[in-house]
Amino acid sequence: MAHFDKNAKPFSEQWLQDRLAVKTLRRVLAEEYWIPKDINFLWAMGMILAVTFGLLLVSGIFLLMYYKPDVALAFDSVNYTIMQEVGFGWLFRHIHGVAASVVFLIIYIHMFTGIYYGSYKQGREMIWISGMLLFVTFSAEAFSGYMLPWGQMSYWAGMVITNLFSAGSLELNGVVEWIRGDYVPGDAFLTRFFMLHVLLLPLAILGIIVLHFGSLRIPHVNNQEGAEIDFDAEAEKYLAGKTKEAKVIRFQFDFLSKDIMVLAWFLILFFYLVFYHFGFAMDPVNFDPADGLKTPAHIYPEWYFLWSYEILRPFPKDPGLIAFAFAQVIFVLLPFLDRSPNAIPAHKRGKPFFIWFWLLLIDMIILTAMGKLPPEGIFSTIGLWAAWGFIILWVALPFITKNEKVK
Amino acid sequence: MSESMNRRDAMGIAFGACAAVGGVFALGGMKAAWDPLPSVKAAGTTTVDVSSSEANVLYTEKWRGKPIFIIKKTKEMNDAASEDSKKRDVIVGDDRFVVCIGLCTHLGCIPAYNPKKSTTKEAFLCACHGATYEIGAINTKAPAPLPMLVPPFKVEGKTIVLGEAGPEYEKMKADGVLGDTPLQA
Repeated sequence: MAHFDKNAKPFSEQWLQDRLAVKTLRRVLAEEYWIPKDINFLWAMGMILAVTFGLLLVSGIFLLMYYKPDVALAFDSVNYTIMQEVGFGWLFRHIHGVAASVVFLIIYIHMFTGIYYGSYKQGREMIWISGMLLFVTFSAEAFSGYMLPWGQMSYWAGMVITNLFSAGSLELNGVVEWIRGDYVPGDAFLTRFFMLHVLLLPLAILGIIVLHFGSLRIPHVNNQEGAEIDFDAEAEKYLAGKTKEAKVIRFQFDFLSKDIMVLAWFLILFFYLVFYHFGFAMDPVNFDPADGLKTPAHIYPEWYFLWSYEILRPFPKDPGLIAFAFAQVIFVLLPFLDRSPNAIPAHKRGKPFFIWFWLLLIDMIILTAMGKLPPEGIFSTIGLWAAWGFIILWVALPFITKNEKVK
Repeated sequence: MSESMNRRDAMGIAFGACAAVGGVFALGGMKAAWDPLPSVKAAGTTTVDVSSSEANVLYTEKWRGKPIFIIKKTKEMNDAASEDSKKRDVIVGDDRFVVCIGLCTHLGCIPAYNPKKSTTKEAFLCACHGATYEIGAINTKAPAPLPMLVPPFKVEGKTIVLGEAGPEYEKMKADGVLGDTPLQA
């Protein structure tokens, strides 16, 4: 038996420290986890995402108690039982739906913040890669959840997305039928996507969140200028009482207090949307029950998938699928496609990368807008050019960053 | 020392090999758990009586959860169709029928049929991404890459049995006009 304080009262701090190392954990993970001072509100997006995920988890638990994963019962269990009978069922559904939509807005802000400030390289590659893994699992979670109300959009989005796995001219219909457990989306499909949505994917997400936080602990959070900080030296200054001189603050509670203020602003907006503008997260077409013999006039995904959908759409089948696959994986490779050693904000890296960043952001907004519009006339043309723009920007990235001056 | 290390390595390899074999079997089992169930597969055949069909009217039947388009052709419709298109007709008695799985070959939406355009290249229009097909369900405009597929069928008297391959189906297959390859519209 190791040393322990025999006189410590049960469940006192010392008693817990001797048994669970709670003080050590708090010190390593919070009180002496150092955050640079030179940051702005964009550094609060991680906490906002964690809280939004918490909201999804809690509202999801309440929905789970009345939802029925059966093609005959699913639609009514959502639209009648949960919406009209369960106490505050409507609130849990609207929190779940709005949070699922808003979480992607914050993810995109979080991603583009990382790209702008160069927070994906020079020791921070694993932060970026684990973050992109979270983006992929969140996308799968959003898609599987979208199947569950079993409305027209659920059914037809399920049809279109699972068809992608036939890999175009390879005609791998067996794979598609295996994923569905049927020739078309049916009961087997709904129930297995229910399982994915409420168990397997959330488990994976929780695991990857731990990895994502862990990947942050060693290289630490980036700062506004991309300055290299000697965290040990700065921590020493802080602990010696020279808090003004030190370039860092504690995570708990110095950084947290700032974080929570941004979070509060976010939550005001979030609950405003939940109570007054939940409609944007509830597609009207999905309030018609699934009908395998009637395609809705226009099938489109939720807004956060529109940009990649628009990369699929303007091309013929096989090239479209290849372009789509390219769009899905290319972000993961960012740390290796950016050949410049500079891990500093875009505006300090010189014109080429700065312009590249803004072109990519604008291009993705255009793709998003075109993805929502019918594929006709001028919209088709703009969509095609924007899709090419996306591909060209990524292919060009290694070349424009290779010649960047070392700053 | 080295002797015991070798012993350890051997144990490790033996354990790893056993675990790998077990793992492969487990994966096989998990794969099988996601296969379509026998009851789903046995949903079997659908028999359609076409004796009372009206010409140039779209009839949609359900077969294995998929919509099957059946349209009786008029003489004008037949005259306007290409050779490939005519080879895909299912002949019941004296009537020629277009029979196909009514799913767009782009991403599986259901195209709409326009009887007024039955002699043009735009008899079917898929609203999802704008693909069109002529009367024989041969694709005439991107993004559809292929004609709509002819399902396995057998002609029995005045009925069409979907899900069973009869001699007429085998002939179409031999002619290469089922729709798994591009055809001339």
